Amino acid sequence: MTTTSNAVDHHDDHHHEHEAHMADIGNFGFWLYILSDCLLFATLFATFAVMSQSFAGAITPGELIDINLLAVQTAALLLSSFTFGVAMLAAHKKNMFQLWLWMVITGLLGFAFLAMEIYEFNHFAHEGATPQVSGYWSSFFALVGTHGLHVTAGLIWMVVLFFHFRRDGFSSSNMQRLSYLSLFWHFLDIIWICVFSFVYLRGLM
Amino acid sequence: MSHDNQGHGGEAHGSLKEYIIGLILSIVLTVIPFYLVATGTFGDTATIIAIIVTAVAQVFVQLVFFLHMNGSSSQTWLTMSGIYAVFIVAFVILGSMWIFEHLNHNLLMGH
Repeated sequence: MTTTSNAVDHHDDHHHEHEAHMADIGNFGFWLYILSDCLLFATLFATFAVMSQSFAGAITPGELIDINLLAVQTAALLLSSFTFGVAMLAAHKKNMFQLWLWMVITGLLGFAFLAMEIYEFNHFAHEGATPQVSGYWSSFFALVGTHGLHVTAGLIWMVVLFFHFRRDGFSSSNMQRLSYLSLFWHFLDIIWICVFSFVYLRGLM
Repeated sequence: MSHDNQGHGGEAHGSLKEYIIGLILSIVLTVIPFYLVATGTFGDTATIIAIIVTAVAQVFVQLVFFLHMNGSSSQTWLTMSGIYAVFIVAFVILGSMWIFEHLNHNLLMGH
């Protein structure tokens, strides 16, 4: 593609093109991970759907689910998806303070979501809804718990990324990492939409 | 290869306006099913349909406004693999429900 005479001039271009190409491959790779995670959740949703009437005489979700807590939980995760978007905008403007601020808000909202989930699980267990009492509650805890574990992983990832940014600033690999985490976080929000719709709201009816 | 609308990190990033529109649409699409379930305005069937419609709509809102999926040629592989995954997810979930409904039905008939 390049002749000897302009090889040096083009070297920089090629370097950028190469980097962009690697970024494309990386994005696609992470996207495939997200899709395979989708399949994991699909099997959990399928199990839940099959078990949705299998109460085995144990307590039913309609008696337990608190719609107000659910609303606050949903608001927290939904807002955190938005604040992550604003953080991404700050990162592209290379504004470290704004990035830090919006990521802290995102992390706190994620943590609040998780705290409410743990409180709720504990409350359910006190009322007699534990994973071993019925097919319904087994699949419920497997599905909602897996989502909760993903949120936990996302929070740990945020902390790790904080140290990466403190060490290397807005390097291209850090930007790449941040965009993967952003994809991961939005994906968790999308899974939560399905969880609150098909597990919680359906369970309340 | 066009990278005009993409940041150095690779992922396309929208504008603040895009995120705000996405947030408002998400809030509306969340409040509707919550309201319907809390008040029980409609019958069960209508409420379930409303939950399904608002959930699917909100997934699309998030894909478009938060993940910036727009079906452009630079995203062909993302879109194609995404559609493939949607099919697999549908087969797994709907297929399981279908099979087990028949199984339950047949077991009850046996009694």
